[in-house]
Amino acid sequence: MTGEKTLQISAIKDGTVIDHISTANTFKVLDLLNLRSSENLVTVGMNLESRKLGKKGLVKIGGRFLTKQEVDKISLVAPEANINIIKDYEVKKKFSVEIPDIIQGIIKCANTNCITNKEPAKTKFQVVSRNPLKVRCHYCERVVGKENIEMA
Amino acid sequence: MEFKNRDIISIRDFSKDEILYVLKTAARVEKRPNPSLLRGKVMASLFFEPSTRTRLSFESAMTRLGGEVIGFAEPDNTSLKKGETLWDTIKMAEKYADVIVMRHPVEGAARHAAEAASVPVINGGDGANQHPTQTMLDLYTIMKSKGKIDGLNIGFLGDLKYGRTVHSLAIALSHFRTSLYFISPEALKMPDSYLEELDGKGIKYYEESDMLKAIGRLDVLYATRIQKERFPDPLEYKKYAGVYKLDKTIIPHVKPSLKIMHPLPRVDEINPELDGTPYALYFEQAGNGIPVRQALLSLVLGRIK
Repeated sequence: MTGEKTLQISAIKDGTVIDHISTANTFKVLDLLNLRSSENLVTVGMNLESRKLGKKGLVKIGGRFLTKQEVDKISLVAPEANINIIKDYEVKKKFSVEIPDIIQGIIKCANTNCITNKEPAKTKFQVVSRNPLKVRCHYCERVVGKENIEMA
Repeated sequence: MEFKNRDIISIRDFSKDEILYVLKTAARVEKRPNPSLLRGKVMASLFFEPSTRTRLSFESAMTRLGGEVIGFAEPDNTSLKKGETLWDTIKMAEKYADVIVMRHPVEGAARHAAEAASVPVINGGDGANQHPTQTMLDLYTIMKSKGKIDGLNIGFLGDLKYGRTVHSLAIALSHFRTSLYFISPEALKMPDSYLEELDGKGIKYYEESDMLKAIGRLDVLYATRIQKERFPDPLEYKKYAGVYKLDKTIIPHVKPSLKIMHPLPRVDEINPELDGTPYALYFEQAGNGIPVRQALLSLVLGRIK
C-alpha cells in the first residue's frame, strides 16, 4: 500500500498524518491549522505519487491530534483528504474527512449585511450541496458556493 | 400541531401541513372574531426600520383581539443609537412583552433575536431576506380567492431578483403542485439559488421576459414594484422602471378568472383603472394581513391550539 510506504519514509511516533490532499490544497491545509508558526514537527510533501489522485500532498504533524472542528475545516478545503492517527508508530485510526451537515462557527458569512457580521454571533451553515460545495447561512439564508467560503 | 411559543422567522421553517394549519386558523379567526382572545397579552412592536403596512396591521391585529402594544416605529429614539446590540435590546424587550414582532434592516436579525428571546419572535422583515407573515397572507389570499392552491398557474412579474416577497412565496408554493411563471427583464431574473431549490423539489417553472407571452395561462399574477433603492445608478433604475404596466389593455389576453396580487406599495405597475375590476385582488390581499397575523399571534401565544 502506498500509504504505508509513505509513512515509513519519515515515521512519527505520535501525531497526525493528513494524506491524499490534492496537491493544490496542501498549503491551504497548512494555513488552516496554523502550521507555519507551529512548534510541532511538521513534514510537508507535495507532488507525491498517488494512484487515486495522480499527485498528492501530505502533511505530518508530530505530537498533535486534531479536534473535530479542525477536521471539519479540512473537509471544506480538502474534501478528498484522509486522516491517520498515529500512536507509537502505528496507525491507530484512519478515516476520510467528511463535510458535516451543519457547519458551526468555522466559516464566515459572505453576506456583509448578515447579522453574524454585525454583532457577536456564532455562525452556522447548512450544507445544501457537497459537490460542488454550497452552504446556506442559518441566519441570513444566503447560499454561498465554495469560491466564496471564508474561514472565520 | 404545536405552535405555542414558536418563532415565526422564515417560511422555510414550515411544512405544508403547518402552512395549511395557519391558513385554516386565519379563516376561523376571520369568520368568528373574538375581541377578547388576547386580553392580558402584550406585543412588543420593534421596528428598527420604518414600515407602514406591516407595523399597522400587526398592531391592529393585536388590539382588535384585546391585546396591548408597546414599542417603537423607528430606531432613532432607542438605545440603539447608543450602540446597544440587538441581542441586548431583545433581552430587555422579552421582560416587557409576551411576543415580539420586529423588522430589522440586517439579514438574519430575526433569527438571532429569536435565539436571544424566551418569548416568541415574529419576523416582520429582515433586510432582503424573509418576511414570512407576508408570505402567509399571500397564500391565504390565493386560497381564499381560488379555493385551492394545487393546480394553479401562478405568475410573478417585475423585480424577481431582489423581491423578497417573490422569493418566499415561490419557496412556499414549492410545497404545492403549481406551475410558476417568472416574468422579468433579464437583469432582474429569479436568482439561480431559488431556481435550483425549485428544481430539487420538481416544481415546473418557466422564465419569460415578454409578459404577453405568459399572461394568458395564469390564474394568479403576483406583480411587484421595481424598487428604486435597489439600484445604485438612477439611470439603471430608469431603464427598468415601467417595463411592465398592467392596465386595461391586458384584458383581452387574460383568463376571465385571473386575479392580480401585489404586496404594495405600487408605483406605476398597476394602473388604477384596474382597481374596480374583478381582476384586482391587491387591496383585499392587504386586508388579509389582519386575520393572518391574528391567527399567528393567537397560535404562538397559545390562545388558539
